[in-house]
Amino acid sequence: MFLAFVSDNPWLEAMARLGIIALLVPVGVIMLTWVERKVIGRLQMRLGPMRVGPYGLLQGFADTIKLLTKEDVRPDTADRWTFELAPFVIVVPVIMALVALPFTADLFVSNLTLGLFYIVAVSGLSIVGFVMAGWGSDNKYALLGAVRAAAQLISYEIPLVMAVLAVAMLPQSLNLAEIVTGQEDTPNIAYQSLAFLIFAISGTAELYRPPFDIPVAESEVVGGPTVEYSGIRWSMFQLGEFVSMVIISILGSLIFLGGWQWPWSMFDQSVPVAGQVVTMLAKTSLFIFFFMWVRVSLPRLRIDQMMSFCWQLLLPFAFLQIIINGLVLVYDWPNETLVLLSGAAAAGALYLTYRAARMSGVRYQPGYQQVGSVL
Amino acid sequence: MILTIDGELVVDVDPVIGYMHRGNEKLPENCDYRQVIGYHDRTDYLAQFNTEHCYVEAVERLAGIKAPERAEYIRVILAEMNRIASHLMFFGAFGTDIGLFGTSFMYAFRDRETIQDFFEEITGERMMYNYFRPGGVAWDLPDNFHERCTQVLAAVKLGIDQLDGLMMENEVVLARCRGLSQVTQEDGINWGLSGPMLRATGLKHDLRRAEPYSIYDRFEFDIPTGRQGDVYDRLVVRLEEMRQSVRIVEQALEEMPEGPIMAEGLKRVLRVPAGETYMRVESPRGEYGVYLVSQGSDKPWRHKVRGASFSNLSALRAMSVGNYVSDVIIILGSIDIVLCEVDR
Repeated sequence: MFLAFVSDNPWLEAMARLGIIALLVPVGVIMLTWVERKVIGRLQMRLGPMRVGPYGLLQGFADTIKLLTKEDVRPDTADRWTFELAPFVIVVPVIMALVALPFTADLFVSNLTLGLFYIVAVSGLSIVGFVMAGWGSDNKYALLGAVRAAAQLISYEIPLVMAVLAVAMLPQSLNLAEIVTGQEDTPNIAYQSLAFLIFAISGTAELYRPPFDIPVAESEVVGGPTVEYSGIRWSMFQLGEFVSMVIISILGSLIFLGGWQWPWSMFDQSVPVAGQVVTMLAKTSLFIFFFMWVRVSLPRLRIDQMMSFCWQLLLPFAFLQIIINGLVLVYDWPNETLVLLSGAAAAGALYLTYRAARMSGVRYQPGYQQVGSVL
Repeated sequence: MILTIDGELVVDVDPVIGYMHRGNEKLPENCDYRQVIGYHDRTDYLAQFNTEHCYVEAVERLAGIKAPERAEYIRVILAEMNRIASHLMFFGAFGTDIGLFGTSFMYAFRDRETIQDFFEEITGERMMYNYFRPGGVAWDLPDNFHERCTQVLAAVKLGIDQLDGLMMENEVVLARCRGLSQVTQEDGINWGLSGPMLRATGLKHDLRRAEPYSIYDRFEFDIPTGRQGDVYDRLVVRLEEMRQSVRIVEQALEEMPEGPIMAEGLKRVLRVPAGETYMRVESPRGEYGVYLVSQGSDKPWRHKVRGASFSNLSALRAMSVGNYVSDVIIILGSIDIVLCEVDR
């Protein structure tokens, strides 16, 4: 539609779509760093960047120039190939995931039938990059961070996939466009509030953002796997992190918030392209703002708390959501049951978390430190 | 700090100290009694008025000087506000230790700045005040002191409530800090802990009450204590102490008399009669003590400082071993050490 001038040649069209992605990603990330610093600044009663350009708008570009011109340092004892390849292993899967992500009904590179499956599979690859960086740096902080990253990513992948899978059960499709079309009446968040909760939490953990920034904890492992990197290689880690955040946000708005559609079919099917883009941007920004908000208000969890939270709370509840969906689908109960059951389960999960945080450490025997005391 | 770890668990902790040693105990032995005050500013650079207070009282006790009423009130007001500033600094730094990306830091520093500006208006300095003198204070307060102090107190009270809301009911703070590095009362006393560290174990020991110095016996305030001596209790105690300090300042502000600010008949060169004394005050970190020996000259013959941070830090190993690496950071943060005071 909007690419009509190249649409007669599929190769040209694919190249044009890829080109748009390749252009949008760096600029988007640069602006996103500015947005993040600005939002966090305002939440902390600061102004954020104000010097470069009006309201510091060009701060991201100035930082990019600084990073690109910095010396690319490699420690003498580092494992050369592992060390130098690691940033690429992180960035490439992230960009690959972006390829299969529809932004609006027409704005996508490729609409795969197994899109959801593909995205989840590909974005899980970046853990290899983190382990490579941690191992190749020959630095104890990096190694500790990499081991933490591996444990965390592998653990939280499971509830994330389960939550996504639960959503895919409703339209019975793994095609993202079909999942969005299935929500033309009510967004999935109403039916799948438990899955949404699990998705948002394990998404935060997948991104190593607070309160799950254990692998890159500044005060503990001084930046984790990225500690020995500088200049362009370090900024590739940043790029990967921010694009992952955008991917999780877009994915979340597609499968839970109804994607490019207006809620409750307010404008039926004839939403214009510009409207679709605005809707999608707004929904994605909600997610991104959520991640930034959480970052300034929650401290870091301990590694055993992070693990037990995943295995003891998120995973059983993710299975519970799948069972609920299965029951509703098999017995053909009305959708309202889904709202009720999932909502009740979500409230239960929230209550357990609330109680666990307040109960921890109260039953304590002197001389013995409790391990895994979240639940 | 040398950390021996087994995976994520800490096997051994060895705090390596001494890098901040500047001879803050020996240097004053070559200084005039009034020149020493500046060294106490630099010993505990977050509780300057409290340390100055301690030294000045020690000299007064040794020389038999009695500071006038107004000077005592000024000292108490400034020392208590300094305690608030120091605890605010603690909450800021602790938030960063526990991973709260600077939010508590910004909250706390907004109010600490207010207090520092206020101190600057009085003393002309932001950090190293050098304002108390044996026998009184250096000069009188500015005219608008009462009004400004009320303003600052109002801002600080609001800030304390905001910090309370940010930190104390935060699920992650609860999960991380409750039950962590518990210290029993007995252990606390044996390790020589003092201040909020000791009070968190449940022991009601505050030098302002236990052996009231200056004019602390005139004020009404509570001594907050914890229940199980863990990191969370240390936070609670410090937060509540800030509120109690506000109470003390409010009372002192009400009662503050007019009058002289310096004792009569002091010579230009202060010669202290031979003798020795040990003066201790409740600084924000605990018991800060000065041991002075005079041989009748214009310089102290022996000048020894007891830093609360040093004794509190000595318990770090016992509190940390067996915990996770990330816990050692918040345990260290919860001790609230000032390295200048550790090494002196």
